[in-house]
Amino acid sequence: MSQTASLPVRVRFDDDAPPALRVRGYWSSVGYRLRHDPATLFFGLVVLLIVLAAIFAPLLAPFDPYKESVVLRLKPFGYRGHPLGTDELGRDLLSRLIYGGRSSLLMGLVPVCIAVVLGGTLGVIGGFAGRRVNAAIMRTMDVFYAFPSVLLAVAISGAMGGGMANGMAALALVFIPAMCRVAETATAQVRSLDFIEAARATGAGTFTIVRYHVLGNVLGPVFIYASSLVSVSILLASGLSFLGLGVKPPTPDWGLMLSTLRQSIYVAPLSCALPGAAIFVTSICFNLVSDGIRSAMDVRL
Amino acid sequence: MLGYITRRILFAIPIAFGVSVVCFSLVYLAPGDPLQTILPADATAEMVEQIKHAYGLDRPLPVQFFLWLGHVLTGDFGMSISTRRPVILEVTGALSNTFMLTSFAVPLAFIIGYTMGAIAGCFPGRAVDRIVTGAAVVGVSLPNYWLGIVLVIVFAVELMVLPATGMGPKGSAQFSIFRWSDAQYLVLPVVTLSMIPVGIIARTTRAAVAEVLSQDFVTTLRAKGLGEIAVIRHVLKNSAPQVLAVMGLQFGYLMGGSILVETVFTWPGSGFMLSKAIINRDIPVLQGTILFLAMIFVATNLVVDLLQSVIDPRIRRT
Amino acid sequence: MSGVAADVHDVGGPAQPLLIARDLFKHFHVRGGSKSARVRAVDGVSFTLFKGETLGVVGESGCGKSTLARLLLHLVTRDGGELIFDGEPVGAPHGITVAALRRHVQMVFQDSYSSLNPRMPVQDSVAFGPFVHGRRKPDARRAARDMLVKVGLNPDLFGQRYPHELSGGQKQRVNIARALAIEPRMVILDEAVSALDKSIEAQVLNLLRALKAQFNLTYLFISHDLNVVRYVSDRVLVMYLGRVVELGPSEDIFTRPLHPYTRALLGSRPSMDPANRIEEPPITGDPPSPIDPPSGCRFHTRCPFAEDVCAAKSPELGAWLDRGSHVAACHMLDAGSGHSVAPA
Repeated sequence: MSQTASLPVRVRFDDDAPPALRVRGYWSSVGYRLRHDPATLFFGLVVLLIVLAAIFAPLLAPFDPYKESVVLRLKPFGYRGHPLGTDELGRDLLSRLIYGGRSSLLMGLVPVCIAVVLGGTLGVIGGFAGRRVNAAIMRTMDVFYAFPSVLLAVAISGAMGGGMANGMAALALVFIPAMCRVAETATAQVRSLDFIEAARATGAGTFTIVRYHVLGNVLGPVFIYASSLVSVSILLASGLSFLGLGVKPPTPDWGLMLSTLRQSIYVAPLSCALPGAAIFVTSICFNLVSDGIRSAMDVRL
Repeated sequence: MLGYITRRILFAIPIAFGVSVVCFSLVYLAPGDPLQTILPADATAEMVEQIKHAYGLDRPLPVQFFLWLGHVLTGDFGMSISTRRPVILEVTGALSNTFMLTSFAVPLAFIIGYTMGAIAGCFPGRAVDRIVTGAAVVGVSLPNYWLGIVLVIVFAVELMVLPATGMGPKGSAQFSIFRWSDAQYLVLPVVTLSMIPVGIIARTTRAAVAEVLSQDFVTTLRAKGLGEIAVIRHVLKNSAPQVLAVMGLQFGYLMGGSILVETVFTWPGSGFMLSKAIINRDIPVLQGTILFLAMIFVATNLVVDLLQSVIDPRIRRT
Repeated sequence: MSGVAADVHDVGGPAQPLLIARDLFKHFHVRGGSKSARVRAVDGVSFTLFKGETLGVVGESGCGKSTLARLLLHLVTRDGGELIFDGEPVGAPHGITVAALRRHVQMVFQDSYSSLNPRMPVQDSVAFGPFVHGRRKPDARRAARDMLVKVGLNPDLFGQRYPHELSGGQKQRVNIARALAIEPRMVILDEAVSALDKSIEAQVLNLLRALKAQFNLTYLFISHDLNVVRYVSDRVLVMYLGRVVELGPSEDIFTRPLHPYTRALLGSRPSMDPANRIEEPPITGDPPSPIDPPSGCRFHTRCPFAEDVCAAKSPELGAWLDRGSHVAACHMLDAGSGHSVAPA
């Protein structure tokens, strides 16, 4: 159909032809870059395996992680079918490691998700609202920023008495200010762009503008930051468990295992090192995956 | 200039106030009656009344806060439930031990991290850069308490060249760094504590050096015929402020965040005290220690900001 | 979509001006300055816009043109004065609401890299307007594609593209489509063609003219480019430092400019024609700051004809009768003002 058929005056344009090269949209270019990044794909696979192992722990673990045995305490690797030996109460170490992934991953991921929702919302509100509301929100966040993260996490969960739920709440509180800042910066940047004013001129309300124009541009930085927080969260969470502020025994948890096995460090040094290795591997894989995500997503159009 | 300093200090005051509010409310986060959390189980009725009156526990919250703040500002942080000694004595004693650790850990981290980062920054993209960057990533992904345990396994259990825990054979009261029999207890904790700062400093240095190297004035220096060593000296001088700032911040961070390492090595610092207080549910000590450590962190940030603005006039943010 | 026949939305009738602006004020507070320091962006602007015409607004940068545009659309709230749209006061309880105003008045912004959402395909950007005003998504998208056709872009080829894949002229046509998608009666064009190459600019101007005829639109055309304004406008309004200094039919303004500022502006256009030598004195001095404007007539510091009365008293814009009137705010035209050149 001729482009100018419906115009009363014949108007011709020199640049009618679209650009020859079909360039990808943003999200498909992100996917493209990720698909061609072997390092990130590899570590992403490892992360996936860890998560799957935690989910399917009952199928994978050779023994019951809670079953104690007085005679089988601190046995070395391979003893009577225990591939990684036993812990100080005679429980199979491999099974406890596999099950331990559940609480460690949960305590790593849940606080970040909470922080994304709460901190992100606060940040978008702060970025879009007037100066007073913005100042109120950001200055409150600054107060929490004034604590070193470990200290704040320990303080809150310590005061609340420990336990998994309290630990997750404490970690969420540690991450919310940072997430809020990221969201607020991104929102404030977007807010000053012309197409937002154009959207307002069209008659859209604030909520509609945020939903259709702002969020798409803000979710990117928020997601990138959140992915880098997961590895920190896993480290902090297992640190809390190490101090006795996370899950309560006898639940298997890597940080807690590190703490209890430490008593037997002279007898079975290698067993003692294993839970920490699990924390390390998980944390570094999440870290590298998040780096890859950042490289893929942080591109100027 | 003076205006910036005053403004920055004034800005820190509401933050410090907010921090004290958060610390105050820690008592209310604890399950149970606030009165019970700050008194030992066998307190006499007379003591209970005394505390109730001093802290206004039957009055509205804002009044309680200001009463508490008044006590704190005069140095009265209450009594430790477990040791029955004033909290402030316990805290200041422990803080000096943590300070000893930190004051060794930060320079060590700086030396190692800066060297690594500078070398990596001078040869971006090459093998040494990748190694350093990889080491930095490992450094920040490693649970430092696990590293401590591993070091203990290697050096104390297997090789038996260094002690595993504690602060000297005679304890902290008679510790002297000039005697190797005492000082050897410092080695492992300091190395462990410096691990994360090494990673962060290396990363920051690498970025700063690479950025300075890409600037035009370096090309000018080379064009003038300056030898490579002299050029590198210039580059290092220019990238130093940024790195020093990070180093300063790490100092504050380590003072506040040493709890995990101190627990591993049973080093009687403020972090270990915090950890004991948690186990014993000793809320006054918990509150007092956290308040102290947070204030130190705020003060360190403030000092670093001010020093930075003095050294580098470009960073005078409004 | 209504054709060239009577506009179904017409409330006040053909004689009623579409927009009457009276004494519009907008002052911005200066950050970091003293309490009373204010940028007097728009300082008492009044004009009338008739249905079906194109009113050009010219002036130097900083004269308040863009702020005026935003005031008309209520993107910034006015500090004083009133706006009457098709006989109904805007924002008044018995008049027309801002939301309703935005159904009838739309704006085309200058093409910048950020005038379109980089994460949205262009047809979604265009469809956003109808969607906001109640159409369902498939409906809105169809309307958007129709509009793209009308601005000369094939929706099958261009609809799914992102802004960074389009040329400047194509992006601006998308902006026009976006403004027209909700079928407004009036369009404000704020430097809409300023960023385009000259050849593309001409084509876009022709497109705008064709669309105006087809959709029965009224234009407010803001630009600093005098030649373009002359080509496009029926009447022209000249602004200086937040005030209107001259208003009249386009040809009158360009052939017989009354205000010294207008004369200097026109005279500053370079010409290749040796017969067309510049004889007007150039504008001397720097443009004053809108925070602390000169007293009396704002232009007196740069005016070659300035006298004491000019610094003392602010000239009025002269009696304005109908759309053929040509008036200017200058003491030299005002009988009895005290200026030596003024008629007795």
